[in-house]
Amino acid sequence: MYSAIVFLPLLGFLIAGLFGRRIGARPSEIVTTSFLFVSCLLSWIVFARVGLGGAPFSAPVLGNWMTSGVLKVDWALRVDTLTAVMLVVVTTVSSLVHLYSIGYMHEDPSRPRFFAYLSLFTFAMLMLVTADNLAQMFFGWEGVGLASYLLIGFWYEKPSANAAAIKAFVVNRVGDFGFALGIFLVFMLTQSISFDAVFAAAPGLANKTIHVFGSDWDAMTITCLLLFMGACGKSAQFLLHTWLPDAMEGPTPVSALIHAATMVTAGVFMVARLSPLFEQAPAALTVVTIVGATTAFFAATIGLVQNDIKRVIAYSTCSQLGYMFVALGIGGYSIGIFHLFTHAFFKALLFLGAGSVINAMHHEQDMRNMGGLAKKIPITFWCMTFGTLALTGFPLTAGYFSKDAIIEASYAAGVHGQAATYAFVMTVVAAALTSFYSWRLVFMTFFGKPHWAEAGHGDAHAAAHGHDDHAHGHDDHAKDDHAHDDHGHHALDPHESPNTMLIPLYVLSIGAIFAGLAFKNVFIGHDAGEFWRNSLFVGPNNHILHEMHEIPEWVGLAPFLMMLGGFVVAAYMYVFAPETPARLAARFNPLYKFLLNKWYFDELYDFLFVRPAFWLGRLFWKGGDVAIIDRLGPDGVAARVLDGTSWIVKLQTGYIYNYAFAMLIGLAAIITFYLVGGVR
Amino acid sequence: MFGFGILSGLTFLPLVGAALILLVPGETESGKNNIRWIALWTTLVIFALSLYAWGKFVPGVADFQFLEEKSWFGSGLSYKMGVDGISFPFVVLTAFLMPFCIAASWNSIENRVKEYMIAFLVLETLMIGVFCALDIVLFYLFFEGGLIPMFIIIGVWGGKRRIYASFKFFLYTLAGSLLMLIAILAMYAQTHTTDITVLLHAKFDPDLQKYLWLAFFASFAVKMPMWPVHTWLPDAHVEAPTAGSVILAGILLKMGGYGFIRFSLPMFPDASHYFAPLVFAMSIIAIIYTSLVALVQDDMKKLIAYSSVAHMGFVTMGLFAMNQQAVQGAVFQMVSHGLVSGALFLCVGVIYDRMHTREIAAYGGIVERMPVYAVALMVFTMANVGLPGTSGFVGEFLSLLGVFQANSWVAFFATTGVILSAAYALFLYRRVVFGKLEKPSLQSLKDLSPREMAVLAPLVVLTIYYGVHPGPILDACAGSVAELIKGYESALALTKTAALTLH
Repeated sequence: MYSAIVFLPLLGFLIAGLFGRRIGARPSEIVTTSFLFVSCLLSWIVFARVGLGGAPFSAPVLGNWMTSGVLKVDWALRVDTLTAVMLVVVTTVSSLVHLYSIGYMHEDPSRPRFFAYLSLFTFAMLMLVTADNLAQMFFGWEGVGLASYLLIGFWYEKPSANAAAIKAFVVNRVGDFGFALGIFLVFMLTQSISFDAVFAAAPGLANKTIHVFGSDWDAMTITCLLLFMGACGKSAQFLLHTWLPDAMEGPTPVSALIHAATMVTAGVFMVARLSPLFEQAPAALTVVTIVGATTAFFAATIGLVQNDIKRVIAYSTCSQLGYMFVALGIGGYSIGIFHLFTHAFFKALLFLGAGSVINAMHHEQDMRNMGGLAKKIPITFWCMTFGTLALTGFPLTAGYFSKDAIIEASYAAGVHGQAATYAFVMTVVAAALTSFYSWRLVFMTFFGKPHWAEAGHGDAHAAAHGHDDHAHGHDDHAKDDHAHDDHGHHALDPHESPNTMLIPLYVLSIGAIFAGLAFKNVFIGHDAGEFWRNSLFVGPNNHILHEMHEIPEWVGLAPFLMMLGGFVVAAYMYVFAPETPARLAARFNPLYKFLLNKWYFDELYDFLFVRPAFWLGRLFWKGGDVAIIDRLGPDGVAARVLDGTSWIVKLQTGYIYNYAFAMLIGLAAIITFYLVGGVR
Repeated sequence: MFGFGILSGLTFLPLVGAALILLVPGETESGKNNIRWIALWTTLVIFALSLYAWGKFVPGVADFQFLEEKSWFGSGLSYKMGVDGISFPFVVLTAFLMPFCIAASWNSIENRVKEYMIAFLVLETLMIGVFCALDIVLFYLFFEGGLIPMFIIIGVWGGKRRIYASFKFFLYTLAGSLLMLIAILAMYAQTHTTDITVLLHAKFDPDLQKYLWLAFFASFAVKMPMWPVHTWLPDAHVEAPTAGSVILAGILLKMGGYGFIRFSLPMFPDASHYFAPLVFAMSIIAIIYTSLVALVQDDMKKLIAYSSVAHMGFVTMGLFAMNQQAVQGAVFQMVSHGLVSGALFLCVGVIYDRMHTREIAAYGGIVERMPVYAVALMVFTMANVGLPGTSGFVGEFLSLLGVFQANSWVAFFATTGVILSAAYALFLYRRVVFGKLEKPSLQSLKDLSPREMAVLAPLVVLTIYYGVHPGPILDACAGSVAELIKGYESALALTKTAALTLH
């Protein structure tokens, strides 16, 4: 059954990828989507058996990958509760996104390719979560990176999409650099990279020092920090986050699946999976907490002022991932995974809802050109509202249980260290910001005056922002004579999306509202120990799941008040006094610019890394290779040889001759030597 | 076979094919075709024979197999052939790549087809000979002899600056090989044997080892090529015809690495240990420096050539780390790079045949016209980047993992190569394949022909197959590598005790 879950998507990928053009788009869609639904069904069965039913964990080996000396790496499918949770998340969202894409992509000429990529991604992600060793995890890790690269650049004619795809891959590779070094270090410490062996060795390695990179380190701390660097890359944490917003160049279903619900949570999964290591490295956990808290706050601030509907949600994702890392950092692995679980539902819902809006608006993504859509697309509106409620943590929705748990736990963990207190402050503030930007999105999109009905829409469009290029790029892409090609010149009439797109919204809405209530008890409540069993490791001194309940009342209320505050301010600024945002932007212009330009990280990295790399490349090439090595080496010697041969050897100038001559002399020398030696 | 074993058959069958070609008149169109078919069948038969040998080959043991020995010039010098787990994969790789080279030259070579095919077949003899020779003089003859056909291939069928390129290629290699010859003489003077199997157990004086090591290093470093003696490679690649590039990247570069494993490491263990930091430094520079240079290239072949230098950096680094994972990783990396870079050059050849330019700027958006080609190139690009699941990953991962155990800083800097390789490879792919198809010259491009598909498809399959199941190659070399490391470590231990007792 495990094999079926993992390999059905691969089969779908192969069928759609190899024969997609022959069998046509519709069969490709049906094959991949139905395979995914089967896989999803099986995943829920596994979840019920392994997670809820208490079936023992198993890791059937599929075959050997590589063996070299003591290093032995197998292909295996490790399924315990943690994996079962991830299986459910991945296959559920993936199958819904497959279904949704049938509607969303129906105009695109290369649908087989799209569905093939989606299935490839799902396969890689499933390999990642079922990995039984670090190498297989790395396989899935890079595999999802490849799929993400392919899907971000799906509309390959758009230069911005290509650039975003490369950026995503390369930035992820920076993280992988750390991940790889972490794997090497694990092997150095334990002579193995399979989880069972490594986890068994981990307690013995606590407080051990190791000499690497020229100095002495606490073995577990440096290992976990390196591995965490990989997690930062994949999960778009502070400093390695820059690729995620750009990844929105990909089609919206991709954003929902990869850049919200599943792939970006791989880093969270990785830390949770490696909890036996991280529990031995409190210093590394502190770093995790600080990075997570910083990301949660920082990404939320940028989300406040973005105008592209998808980018707002992207920064929101980034911020929520920060929450998850805070949970991990304070030792609440199950809380982090719980938030991952609920987040998958409501964030996928928000993205797919945004896709429905974009679809209704004929590929318009700038919220300034929207407004008043609630009446036109009511179903989408309500679904988006549910998603927003869940994200902001409205009582009894999914986010209420998971996000508030993180905030409360971080307060409770404050007694153990300053970092947790920092995290508490940051996450509470971020909760207010989250509420503000989420409701801002809803109000700008669905309320107020409909800006799309204005006659001068085309001009506003052109004058607006760089994002508009995306919309156009896409139109250029769908170069066939679809009616929407020349949108923006006619008044458009937003329409509700087809059922293939709405059904996933319904399902996810149910998840967004009830997933928290339904699963709270098993994930982080009284039954947590029985549910997770050995799949998450908590040290003997880690009682965070109990401590989080012993907090003052105001702490429990804080997130709710923050949410309310954010809602009120957003409602005031975007519904009751719509002129306020512009006034504030003018008044605090530097701050506004700073946020709008995403803290200038792209410019900074361009200046620090991209340009110097090209500059150095050119320097090494023209300066090193051509000017120094060649001129002093072969070219110089050649010139001298030419001079020499021309007047010493008048016989011939063929270089083969010279060469053969040299060889002959050599041979003659050997033979002579041998003869002389033989005589002696 | 006439009293000779299977290795002699593999080595000299190409010459039989070449002799046959000599008999065919090559001026007419049908004559040229006959020559092509003879060459193709010769290489296919040799490949089949190598597969047969693979079936007979016992993997995992350290001993030389298929031994054959004939005396030569009376006593002393001998014709001795044999393979172990390190050399045998290269024999098969050579035999495997040759038919592709012939097929890739099918239409692109119009002039002097006869001479061209003869040059390639002679080259095959010499290349297989290098990996089979167990006599150091025999090795030297094959090793250096291989230059001549390659020199001719670049110089006659090359591009515009072919004379310069072949000349440069020649000069570099000649400088190295003369030093190696002197070293061989010195070794003979010490041991009175040219038998490699005996030399492997000869103990040279640690001081002498350093000189011998340097002399061999001069030759192998140029062949690899290592920074800073790499500048011949980009020029040679750019000017060589497609098949020449395939052989150059696929096999000739591997001779340097093979030489390190066969001679430098086992015969001069003390010197290898002494010079390892130098090799590490040069490898790191090669990886970072040439990756950055690759990033700014405008010529596709040059870019891939520089990336080859970077990948060979992983190999040299892995070899001198001298532990099981690193060395096996390096061997695997060499085989994998043979497949992948060969395939990349074939891919460049495909579009070069259509457009007659290697200028990256002349392309863009060709996925529109050549989707199948785009898929194949994507697979090889990803293998070049070292994506897990492709053969490129296994070698890189194992060698880095091994090097980390030996020296964490080296692994640290070398691992930055995975970031840079992603940058330059994807940047190339984007500029050539993605984007809008705007250039009018590209509008009439045709996707892969059946012949080109037949050439690329096996390479795609193997790249992925060895990515998920590298066992056949890793197992083949495991025993020999273990033996190599054991010998190396005991030699070092011996020197240490000797030094201790002296003091």
